[in-house]
Amino acid sequence: MATASLHPGYTGPVRDRIENFHGAQLVYVHWEGHLNFCSAVTLPLPASTPFGALTAEILPSIYGIDPDWADVDLGSARWMLDGADWKPDGARPIGDQGVGHKSLIRFWTSPTGQA
Amino acid sequence: MSRPVSITLQSSQDGIAIADAIMADNPEATRNAFPAMIKIDAPGRLTIKGDTVSELLGREWDPQEIHMSVVSLSGSVDEDDGSFTLFWR
Amino acid sequence: MVARKLSLKQKYGHFTRGMDWEPSYQAKEDIFPFASYEGIKIHDWDAWEDPFKLTMDAYWKFQAEKERKLYAVIDSMAQNNGQLGITDARYLNAVKLFIQGVTPLEYQAHRHFAHLARHLPGAGLRVAAQMQSIDELRHCQTQIHTISHYNKFFDGIHDFAHMHDRLWYLSVPKSFFDDATSAGPFEFLTAISFSFEYVLTNLLFVPFMSGAAYNGDMATVTFGFSAQSDESRHMTLGLEAIRFILEQDEANVPIVQRWIDKWFWRGYRLLSLVGMMMDYMLPKKVMSWAEAWESYYEEAGGALFADLARYGIREPKYADVAKAEKGHLTHQAWTIFYNYTHAAAIHTWDVDDQHLAWLREKYPETFEQIYQPRYLKWREQAAEGKRFYNNGLPQLCQVCQIPMVFTEVGDPDTISFRVSEHEGDKYHTCSDGCRDIFDHEPVKYAQAWLPVHQIFQGNCGGATLPEVLDWYHINQGADNMDYAGSPEEAQWDKWMEGRRPPLAVAAE
Repeated sequence: MATASLHPGYTGPVRDRIENFHGAQLVYVHWEGHLNFCSAVTLPLPASTPFGALTAEILPSIYGIDPDWADVDLGSARWMLDGADWKPDGARPIGDQGVGHKSLIRFWTSPTGQA
Repeated sequence: MSRPVSITLQSSQDGIAIADAIMADNPEATRNAFPAMIKIDAPGRLTIKGDTVSELLGREWDPQEIHMSVVSLSGSVDEDDGSFTLFWR
Repeated sequence: MVARKLSLKQKYGHFTRGMDWEPSYQAKEDIFPFASYEGIKIHDWDAWEDPFKLTMDAYWKFQAEKERKLYAVIDSMAQNNGQLGITDARYLNAVKLFIQGVTPLEYQAHRHFAHLARHLPGAGLRVAAQMQSIDELRHCQTQIHTISHYNKFFDGIHDFAHMHDRLWYLSVPKSFFDDATSAGPFEFLTAISFSFEYVLTNLLFVPFMSGAAYNGDMATVTFGFSAQSDESRHMTLGLEAIRFILEQDEANVPIVQRWIDKWFWRGYRLLSLVGMMMDYMLPKKVMSWAEAWESYYEEAGGALFADLARYGIREPKYADVAKAEKGHLTHQAWTIFYNYTHAAAIHTWDVDDQHLAWLREKYPETFEQIYQPRYLKWREQAAEGKRFYNNGLPQLCQVCQIPMVFTEVGDPDTISFRVSEHEGDKYHTCSDGCRDIFDHEPVKYAQAWLPVHQIFQGNCGGATLPEVLDWYHINQGADNMDYAGSPEEAQWDKWMEGRRPPLAVAAE
């Protein structure tokens, strides 16, 4: 829908275009059921980042301080990417697995894998 | 049942006198005290008369001086020479 | 021969509409270029009823008197070390939130009402806008003067204007007003004069000013009352403006309704910070956010919208969501600030047992089940020397810019994720309310300056947190971090030493 404007053809700079992130794209990640982490986190990651780097290094660096994290087995976690069920491959880059600029990844680590 | 109008005044010297005047001139008004404030509600309409306030304060009081004492109000406003009225259209 | 005195209404008429004129050699559309682009139709500007008959001579007289009274109190407070009278130094974090978040908005309002004072075609409205512009500047100034006294002793106040333009949580109020001031005059009147200064005003005023009164902050109470006396003129402008616009043409109704929906929601989201303040930062509490919402919105607002139904206006969309969220909103907001207090210019702290009891009493359906366990866990971690701070940066809503902490109605474990696509890019929002706003004018919100994204673009002083905090002008170790262990706490405890009874000596 059109933005009301004084002159026709109003437009303005999109500040979060992928080009502005120096080779990275933004990815949002949320550990479901752990709202002591108030919201999803925003991560600047190159599309070439292997998914395994996320699980081995990046997510632990954020969630490791939670006492529950010690019992977490990401191998059996349930994942969603941009609203659809997702089975990520640790060896492949996230960019090759459908993770685009400003994609949202949600994961569940409860025993039942339920939402 | 008329929709209530209301005015909230500071509990200052002037504010208390205005509140007393409102209660004297508006028989259906009700008055409640809050920390540092006085809230007066009335069904449908409320009038503040300059003469009544002047009498109670012991000095000439112009209804426009309400600006010094009002905290909040509810209703449409009508300002005239001798009075200040709240009402609903 | 006795000089005849003009009546109030006559005098007012001469000084306002009497000074207006019909242009004879320029087209009205050229003189008032903002008057019609929003699609609002006004057929007769003279039909505007000026409720207050305030002329400029009376205005100066009353406002000068207010200033004299206020500055006498500010001087007295400074001379008498009034800051010692507050209940506890934790209270000051409410004042910091105010000077960082609200005071700069007064300045924005001042600028934009000056713009309206020029660009509204009706003389009566122009006069009211002119007075409001000067009022808002006065509010900004009096707040700065009042709070400058606290700046001598407390942290986080020293560079509020710089911080307002940069800090992640301050982009919430900043973007709220930027949205309004980049809109046209009629949307601005609906957004600010009506929705903010009439419908929602008590939800800003009561928490801060009553909070100040209950917590010994005489200076803030005084500037609060000084400003409130102007607010009744502002409120009246808002109510009468909305009526005027709706009465002028039926075609205006759906446009105004959409603005009422949008600005109710934006105002409500902004007020989550105020709700958090009233539930968490006031050592002596006034009332809970839930109680304030019930009283000042559900009851008062209910009556208002029943009245506006005659114009075809209904209650704002998603008012039911606000009602459903009232048991959760402030605890979710506190969680944000507890998570990120290392990156903020205010303190947070672990909630003590007395406070937990109050929260359980005020929120019987939500607090003990959902939020208390979280706070107890945090308290435990802090006691072990592992006070929790979130290592990551939050996901922000594209519209309200608050970290996306709000949960689905009826499902407090699940974040309310919403997303839109615009020209190949995704835009995340926190709620149906914010998503509707984005979807209606995506070109506008796609331009948002989101603090977290700007940090990752390298625009905020560097790649590390200390560099960003420097860029924010945060005095690290003083403005930020938990209240426990802060320089402010040490200072406060020292001041209060003399006031406490001596500790009982243990029996040998």
